[in-house]
Amino acid sequence: MGILSENVVTELRKRLAGLKGPVKLIVFTQDMECQFCQAARELVEQVATLSEKFSVTVYDFLKDTEKVNAYGIDKIPAIVVEGKMDSGIRFFGLPSGYEFGSLLEAANIVSRNNAMLSPETLEILSPLDRLVHIQVFVTPTCPYCPIVVKVALRFAFAKEQIRADMVETTMFPHLANRYAVLSVPKVVINETFSFEGVLPEKQFAEQVMRAVQGG
Amino acid sequence: MPAEEVGVILPQEEVEATPGVVESGREYELIIVGAGPSGLTAGVYAARKMLKTLLISEDVGGQILLTAEVENYLGFYYIEGVELVQKFEEQVRRHPIDIDLGQKVVKVEADPPKFRVLTESGKFFKSDTVIIATGKRSKQLNVPGEREFLGRGVSYCATCDAPLFRGKDVAVIGGGNSAFTAVNDLRNVGATKIHVVNILDSIQADPILIEKTRDPEKLELYLGHEVVEIGGMGNRVGSITIRDRKSRRTKILEVQGVFIEIGLVSNSELARGLVRMNRWGEIVADCYARTSVPGVFAAGDVTTVPEKQIIVAAGDGCKAALAAYEYLLHR
Repeated sequence: MGILSENVVTELRKRLAGLKGPVKLIVFTQDMECQFCQAARELVEQVATLSEKFSVTVYDFLKDTEKVNAYGIDKIPAIVVEGKMDSGIRFFGLPSGYEFGSLLEAANIVSRNNAMLSPETLEILSPLDRLVHIQVFVTPTCPYCPIVVKVALRFAFAKEQIRADMVETTMFPHLANRYAVLSVPKVVINETFSFEGVLPEKQFAEQVMRAVQGG
Repeated sequence: MPAEEVGVILPQEEVEATPGVVESGREYELIIVGAGPSGLTAGVYAARKMLKTLLISEDVGGQILLTAEVENYLGFYYIEGVELVQKFEEQVRRHPIDIDLGQKVVKVEADPPKFRVLTESGKFFKSDTVIIATGKRSKQLNVPGEREFLGRGVSYCATCDAPLFRGKDVAVIGGGNSAFTAVNDLRNVGATKIHVVNILDSIQADPILIEKTRDPEKLELYLGHEVVEIGGMGNRVGSITIRDRKSRRTKILEVQGVFIEIGLVSNSELARGLVRMNRWGEIVADCYARTSVPGVFAAGDVTTVPEKQIIVAAGDGCKAALAAYEYLLHR
């Protein structure tokens, strides 16, 4: 028996049949002192058995320092969803509850090799010429959070300057404290700029540009 | 030892609105605004009558998305809110109607002999008939500190934010089912102390829910009390001031979170000036879901229908779609 229920596995198998290109799932974990690492690893490994498009690589957070640094992993469990190359899509914490849908969305984006953003949004982001770090703080019980995560992931895929992290807030209470996360979804851009709630794609892109231009 | 089974929620397939899927300017026989139980049901009935239909909404599911457990929708003795929504949507998507999600409708106006539906993103559509099924949203307390600390300890979504308050003292404002559902969520995530403040002298929640949340060590009830102010500690909530409505005595409760569950207001602004509403902004609709304007129908929680229940809203959606069909036949 796997970490996903039989019903979910049956449904997922059908859905994942639509994946187009290869999807690499890279898990950063460690054996000890990481409450959700095993679950995250097992989740990814089971999902990967449901489509031949997936491949899984597991790195040890303490031992594989070269990869840890290359992917900019500073906390675990972490999952990188990668297509032909690293497009800056990261999941920190266990993507359970509603956030499992975000993990599937990430796989869809890289598999289709298409960010699926509107031309207007791409136009807003086109002047971007410096690095942007978007952190979306979520809880697994928040139905609105995947809407925001999805857009952030699409931004990351569309623009090489953008990295988008889903952060499961309850697993990283020190970050909840640092960024004063008392409501989700909360988006933190480049450490200093933040907003709460759901914004349509275009307005979200405008907030990214505002953050980059110093608010 | 393998990890325990992980609870995941599968999103609806192709649920997202792809911008530009439904081009602005299209004309329909029926436009349904809102995709909660009434709007989705109306979609199914309209499709079965082969009406050229657009279902347009910001999201799918409405308030059910914030309902963890549904135990009173026939056919399911227990189902999670999100799963019920998925089943509704799955059924709607079997039919050939246009669906435009992620679109907030800001206005429905007469454009004789048709109606125009305008969205926040600048799209517009024309239609012979319109069903307004936009539901309700959380009501605000309107006290000092509420707006200032929104997202900084003030929350209208216990389902979303309760997990952030593990080990913290919180207040839940209200005494109905929503309030006690929030109490249940907060207990489950391990909030330390839960103060329940209700303006009325009694609790309105269903007895079964009150029984479920009974916890004298954690729960402190303040009946007949109103919230006067939400106070801060730095840039986040630190306390609330409550007042006994009889003695007028005030008391300060030190809390880090305030969950406001005092009821709902209608999402009827889009039809203001078009159709008749009652003093609470609910659209006046008769038992055929007809509003004061021929061709405009309303269904579910946004209307004056007395019971705000999923099953009632779904039935309303059915009536509205059939009434719109009759209207188109006989106008």
